[in-house]
Amino acid sequence: MATETVKRITDIGPPYYEKFLPPIIKKNYGKWKYHEVLKPGVLLHVGESGDKLYSVRAAAPRLTSTKTIRLFAELADKFSGGYLRYTSRNNVEFLLTDEKQIDPLIERLKKEGYPVGGIGPSITNIVHTQGWVHCHSAASDASGVVKSVMDELFPRFEKMDLPGKLRIAFACCLNMCGAVHCSDIAILAVHRTLPKINTALLPKICEIPTTVSSCPTGAIRPKMVDGKQTVEVIEEQCMFCANCFTVCPAMTLADAENDGISIWVGGKVSNARHEPMFSKLAIPFIPNNPPRWPEVVAAVKNIVDVYAKNASKYERMGEWIERIGWPRFFKLTGIEFTKYHIDDFRHAGETYKRSLHLKHTPAEG
Amino acid sequence: MAEKKKKPTPKLDELEKGPWPSFVKEIKLSAETNAASQAVLGILERSYNEKIGHWKHGGIVGVKGYGGGIIGRYNDIPEDFPEIAEFHTLRVNQPAGWFYTSDALRTLCDIWEKHGSGLTNMHGSTGDIIFLGTTTEELEPTFNALTAAGFDLGGSGSAVRTPSACCGMARCEWACYDTMALAHDLTMTYQDELHRPAFPYKFKFKMSGCPNDCVASIARADMSIIGTWRDSIQVDKDAVASYASSGKRDIAKDVVEKCPSKCMAWDAKSLTLHIDNSNCVRCMHCINVMPKALAPGKDRGATILVGSKAPIIEGALLSAVLIPFLKLEPPYEDIKELVHAMWELWAENGKNRERIGEFIQRIGLGNFLEQIGLEPVPEMVSEPRSNPYIFYEVKKG
Repeated sequence: MATETVKRITDIGPPYYEKFLPPIIKKNYGKWKYHEVLKPGVLLHVGESGDKLYSVRAAAPRLTSTKTIRLFAELADKFSGGYLRYTSRNNVEFLLTDEKQIDPLIERLKKEGYPVGGIGPSITNIVHTQGWVHCHSAASDASGVVKSVMDELFPRFEKMDLPGKLRIAFACCLNMCGAVHCSDIAILAVHRTLPKINTALLPKICEIPTTVSSCPTGAIRPKMVDGKQTVEVIEEQCMFCANCFTVCPAMTLADAENDGISIWVGGKVSNARHEPMFSKLAIPFIPNNPPRWPEVVAAVKNIVDVYAKNASKYERMGEWIERIGWPRFFKLTGIEFTKYHIDDFRHAGETYKRSLHLKHTPAEG
Repeated sequence: MAEKKKKPTPKLDELEKGPWPSFVKEIKLSAETNAASQAVLGILERSYNEKIGHWKHGGIVGVKGYGGGIIGRYNDIPEDFPEIAEFHTLRVNQPAGWFYTSDALRTLCDIWEKHGSGLTNMHGSTGDIIFLGTTTEELEPTFNALTAAGFDLGGSGSAVRTPSACCGMARCEWACYDTMALAHDLTMTYQDELHRPAFPYKFKFKMSGCPNDCVASIARADMSIIGTWRDSIQVDKDAVASYASSGKRDIAKDVVEKCPSKCMAWDAKSLTLHIDNSNCVRCMHCINVMPKALAPGKDRGATILVGSKAPIIEGALLSAVLIPFLKLEPPYEDIKELVHAMWELWAENGKNRERIGEFIQRIGLGNFLEQIGLEPVPEMVSEPRSNPYIFYEVKKG
């Protein structure tokens, strides 16, 4: 190959989105009138012009082969003039103008293994992280848990039979890449044991001040060991967040037997009815059990079923729990309330119940 | 290419079963023609057996002239998985709103199949297209192929991260400003800050067109720009009546009773909905429930909020109101002036790995506002302080 004297191109940013928009969108840009959900996974948007845009949403795994991307491209060519998009939760949407192509596309997608749904009061795709596929700090796998949970909850993806939307997200460690802290159900992998310090390696690859200041509870102190500058961990102050590991690879927390899964409930980001809120702890720990994490799946399904049965129309998980009260949530789901459920970080006292507003049950007999 | 004997992967094979799309199927698809993807199956099966990950912290890898956009990654058992001893990620800046043509996707596939594993994330959490897994040697060639095709890398490290936006005006009647145009504008304006980390820590912009916040901007962005309106909800009286008379909605129960500010009344006789707009908090519920009858007002813009983040270190935060209402028109000078003032202060005074939200908690919002030249307004707080530890500043003399 001849020596390239082409000037190196940098700082050009992404392609200008306009060139990827179908003509119907360019024409009706900013001039849409209303939308309807025609059936599970199918949206109709109507422009002020009367033009109709159909979006068919299919589940796609976040981890996708280029071969599948090519398949989606081929389907777009066949059914939607070559136009498609992805959603903020990793689903794919085909942008159709011909209503008659909707059902053939849905059939084809189903045949290829990419079911259609996830719109309205349903469970859509689970936002997640890399897990054991690629992450250095994973306390569990992400894709495997997601697949297992969605296999079980699949009917809720294809139907719209929940009281309100239910967003599930998964993070393989407390870094929460993707911010799962505001989900109806958040599945968060956790460590439970102290960092193992490689004293020989630490002074070579870690900055001591950065490591010390990385700890939210101040549990890390500099220490000299055999003339080498290293650190020590005050055990009672460590809550295994692994931020020290993030800045200092010589302090590892991954532990095959003690790492596992926690489950959080009641968060939301939308402002509809109730202001946004964080997810709160429901289940502090379930051991990792690959490949299908049956205990995690069962726990999530239980929470979903109890919510589906008891919440009012439009109520998100957090709104329902706020209405019935947390004691009733634990009772209805059968989840054990423990010392771990009580906050003990900064501002913890603000979450303690400091009023008499309690629901009591009369004595029997 | 010698056919390396494929190790059985019974645990992963189990995850090919079931109705949900299988990531194992995806890895196997790429593995048919790519040895690195085949190795990923092996190392993942090993993790499933051992219940522990096998990836290490990445070193500093990148392309010339950029300080980010590439995440270095190495496995910790390279003697067993030499094909993925180096398995770095490239973040490719997505087109705003994640709109693609089939040709554009095929171009990306062509590049990635040639230079990497063929595995992707569509998309990463911040919004980038993730090219998952290639060697150090292939980084420059992949980058050159991308830019030749009109794509560029996204942000990583202590830099501006790739901005992302909801589909906004491209499809949604509720978009109160052009989210995609703003995302693209900010991305292009801040190319230098995006590619060359120079901040205390990361900084994310996320653009949602309305308070439904479909990109979770209020939970995940240092600067959240969320569309809203100043004037009255637009009402199509006939459409409201139609929802009621058709029985599709119980307006009293589904709409009026759910209003958080109790600003609505329903006249069942005349099928008329009364909205006291001065008390509407723009939560979107009534509009969500009756999309053919109600719409956001005409005087549209955005609320600007600042500081959200995940728990590490000081705890999770949602973004807090900085500007209750701002009209947004290109070239968005108001936003950029605000960003400039914030960055100047935070870049100068922030600690290492201190997000701007934590910085504000540390110095106090009142002081932050003073420094960036914004007047405090009651819309910035849910309630004033109840603790009396006030740092009074008494002028001497």
